[in-house]
Amino acid sequence: MSADGVGTLDGDRATALPRSNGELLFETPWQSRMFGATVALQRRGALDVEEFRAELIEEIQTWQRSHDPADEGWAYYERWQAALERVLAQRGLVATTELDARAAALARAWSHGH
Amino acid sequence: MSHSHDLDDPGLRAAALEALLVEKGLISTDAIDAVVEHYERDLGPRHGARVVARAWTDSDYRARLLADGTAAVAELGIGGLELNTLVAVENTPELHNMVVCTLCSCYPWPLLGLPPKWYKDPAYRARAVAEPRAVLREFGLVLPQETAIRVWDSTSEVRYLVLPMRPDGTEGATEGELAALVTRDSMVGTGLPAAPAGVAT
Repeated sequence: MSADGVGTLDGDRATALPRSNGELLFETPWQSRMFGATVALQRRGALDVEEFRAELIEEIQTWQRSHDPADEGWAYYERWQAALERVLAQRGLVATTELDARAAALARAWSHGH
Repeated sequence: MSHSHDLDDPGLRAAALEALLVEKGLISTDAIDAVVEHYERDLGPRHGARVVARAWTDSDYRARLLADGTAAVAELGIGGLELNTLVAVENTPELHNMVVCTLCSCYPWPLLGLPPKWYKDPAYRARAVAEPRAVLREFGLVLPQETAIRVWDSTSEVRYLVLPMRPDGTEGATEGELAALVTRDSMVGTGLPAAPAGVAT
């Protein structure tokens, strides 16, 4: 991002619709999995939309309090995932320790498997 | 391969979380696939473009859209829980509207699909309110000084759709031809509709 902070604002003013979402919605597959999981959980009533949004706002605010607006470490879906983890932990659905353990196990498996 | 996977890799954590959610029976892999496919394939700005083109060609519809956006888009089969209340705001030569979500990323998903990256960036969310004219200039949109700018801050309850001005030179264009000129950014207020073929911008 440029020094003024909005060098990456890239409008699509020259591109006419209609098109079938020609733009990349997710930068990596895991982002789409976390988005899809959140909406799927909301649709079946396991998560509340407002509850999730409040956590997402909190995650974003916390990040912004300690970073410059132009900080290149900004990653929206990392904040999204952190918010999802918090809501699931608060609801007693997935404990943080359980997730940590599974991530560690997966890291070992991936290291061996690839 | 000898390197071990970094535990801070968000992809790894996401995979672990998905596996746990599925094992616990909270959601299925298919349910996630269905949501992602719906957003990637079915939703997108073309739905908003249909609404705008209808409003440009049908003054009664335009009046209904501005009076009750939620009901007016429902007439075209657009809506659902993820839209909540829709408010349509109309651009005029005197007033230009633009939309932001200062707190997170609220956006009229059923009309425009998922928001572009810049809409979620801290820079846009902060600067759209503080200095909208400068932000629009960076998008390549220079408004006359006499045109006022109004910035609408989206919330979980209310989502906004900008109704841009119909481009000059489109007299006699069909609704479908008009819809093809409506850009996503013109419905967020950070751009204008495309000019019809043969009309210089």
